[in-house]
Amino acid sequence: MPTVLPASARTVDIREEYLSLSRRKRMYGGILLVVFLAMFVSGFRIAEFRNAASLSEGFSRILDFPRDLITEAWEKSANLPAHAARAFPALVETVNIALVSTILGCILGTLLALAGTRGLARWPRLIPLARRSADVCRAVPEIVIALVLIFILGGGPVPAMIAIAIHTAGAQGKLFSEVNENVDLKPLEGLASVGANWWQRTWLGVFPQVMPNYLSYSLLRLEINIRASAILGFVGAGGIGYELRNAMTFGQGKFDQAAAIFLLLFATIVLVDQVSSWMRNSLTRGRGAQ
Amino acid sequence: MTAIADDPRQQALSAMRRKRALALAAPMLVLAYLAYVFVAFDVAGLMQRAKMDNAVILLSDAVSYKVHVTRDNRSDALAVSVEGSRRATYPEDRIPDWIRQDGDRTLIELAGGHSVTYDGPLVSYDHPDFGPIRITIADPILLELPQPGPVPDFINASDARVVVTTAAGRLTVTRTRADTFRYFWGWELFFFDLQSRFHGMSAGALASAVAGGERLYAEMPNWQAVVRDFWTNSIWRHGDVFFAIGETALMAFLGTFGAAAIALPLAFLAAQNFTPSRWLRFVVRRVFDFVRGVDALIFTIILSRAFGPGPMTGALAILITDSGSFGKLFSEALENTDQKQIEGVQSTGANAVQRYRFGVIPQVMPVLLSQLLYFLESNTRSATIIGAIVGGGIGLMLTQAIQTTADWEKVTYYMVLIVLLVIAMDALSSWLRRRLIKGE
Repeated sequence: MPTVLPASARTVDIREEYLSLSRRKRMYGGILLVVFLAMFVSGFRIAEFRNAASLSEGFSRILDFPRDLITEAWEKSANLPAHAARAFPALVETVNIALVSTILGCILGTLLALAGTRGLARWPRLIPLARRSADVCRAVPEIVIALVLIFILGGGPVPAMIAIAIHTAGAQGKLFSEVNENVDLKPLEGLASVGANWWQRTWLGVFPQVMPNYLSYSLLRLEINIRASAILGFVGAGGIGYELRNAMTFGQGKFDQAAAIFLLLFATIVLVDQVSSWMRNSLTRGRGAQ
Repeated sequence: MTAIADDPRQQALSAMRRKRALALAAPMLVLAYLAYVFVAFDVAGLMQRAKMDNAVILLSDAVSYKVHVTRDNRSDALAVSVEGSRRATYPEDRIPDWIRQDGDRTLIELAGGHSVTYDGPLVSYDHPDFGPIRITIADPILLELPQPGPVPDFINASDARVVVTTAAGRLTVTRTRADTFRYFWGWELFFFDLQSRFHGMSAGALASAVAGGERLYAEMPNWQAVVRDFWTNSIWRHGDVFFAIGETALMAFLGTFGAAAIALPLAFLAAQNFTPSRWLRFVVRRVFDFVRGVDALIFTIILSRAFGPGPMTGALAILITDSGSFGKLFSEALENTDQKQIEGVQSTGANAVQRYRFGVIPQVMPVLLSQLLYFLESNTRSATIIGAIVGGGIGLMLTQAIQTTADWEKVTYYMVLIVLLVIAMDALSSWLRRRLIKGE
């Protein structure tokens, strides 16, 4: 038989305190939720007010374009392979933009990360500088750099490539330096004890530890950059996005061309995602086996 | 005996050889690929075709402005305007003091001792090192140089038009008009346009006017008038720019949180430990994959056809694309939840809703929130680009300003604002991450 002990004043106090604390916490959470919902709803209404078509109008039309596109592509389905073949060089350009900017950006990001990690940096005084430059590279949207470079260099793949590479450098610089912070410093000390210089310590002590992570992040970045390079093409930087915009401006009657490009783009993105996730999986498995 | 001893050694040596070959082959492969792209992108040709003078225009225009002093040769009317804009033409009683009018004669002082005089049909450019250059408006236009010899490089003359370009300014004379440009550092009329009564006030004078000077406008106190004149500045349109920035942030906000709201319930259907039906899971997961695979670009195009330009279109484009990514991330987080905590809640007699609320949500909340906040920051950047495509927000203003290729100071202004917005979002999201997840 459990006996109910008379609650001492102390326990009552503690219970009261706990309950009031949890009430207050719940109230704060509730207020936060209400404020957030109010912001969301009012933002929604503002967006709807400033939009050309309202939500209901838009949703009634949302399938019109895909339907037109699909019916036209279906009727002229014989043309699709030819259109796809014609757009293929542009697709290669888009993939090239993504790949080159990923490579260059990751190399630059590696340097920024090395220069911005405590304990690994060659010049510790420059750590804040390296970090801030990575932040700035990351903050500037690609479209800003791309448009300015298009004005100077003219249209084509290079402005997009540089723009994406700069952003990639900033983003990877941050991710890589987070990887670098987890580096085990013992191999570095061992190398230092046998007289290795900074470059040898980094090459032989740091890179073997961080490489799998670097590669995995770089593959993820490649997936992002494929999309970015397609989208930048749409604002004038060459590649499949540019072809798509041209096909779209021709409008009805040329939708089979647009459909072919849509299919090509979709297939490429899915393919790159699949290959990259397969490679990332084998990287993590390989590391687990060691 | 030796065979046994050699074997591991040989193995180690060949492994090292393989590694060394790989360490050499990978960079070579990358280099070969870069060389191919160098050719495929025609980088060499591009370097030649690059318009470096455009870069110079861009850089100088981004940090300086010019004032046009234009005389119509037929009516003798003088107009002084910033960047030749009609909205920024000085009224006659407030013409800057470096322009002096004396009857028909107009003296324009340029920097470094240069000056230009309009005097009837005679226009002269006084160059301190070269001497006075006299141009008479007739048919054809007559050019007299102070020194005999060939026409120097800084003068470009034909029968119909003479252009003198120096570091101090630029004079263009045609039969119909004479036009002088004087360059100044900075962004012109950034705070107040010429219509505002606060234009030309020093910071101190402005402060004392706001603090309690005489009302410059009868209808409202000075501080309100200052805000209004800044807000409605006809050249820089700060009000419109502010709304455009707001639209971009709104797109990111609505898109990110809307996507999370849609993805969270669906993620339960895709998580192994919450949905026993293998088929349902398969279908929901393939839907996520499809939505992620169809790029944001494709959604943006489809949506902008249905919804027209505006922030809602951009928000929906972000919302749809991200709901696929969130669905995948959230369902992975849900699969990693610990069943014990849920059982513990269940043992107290909790119903299904309470089990989710107290058993599941507290476990996945940190992961969810941190993903959400990362996406919020990166979507602010995407919203700029999507805005340029659908026609809304600061992205649209930026592309328009770049396409007119005239107002690089405005392009710079928008760029600075975009970067500040992204940095602010970044700071906000990392602050919230610290507060909400680590509970500091």
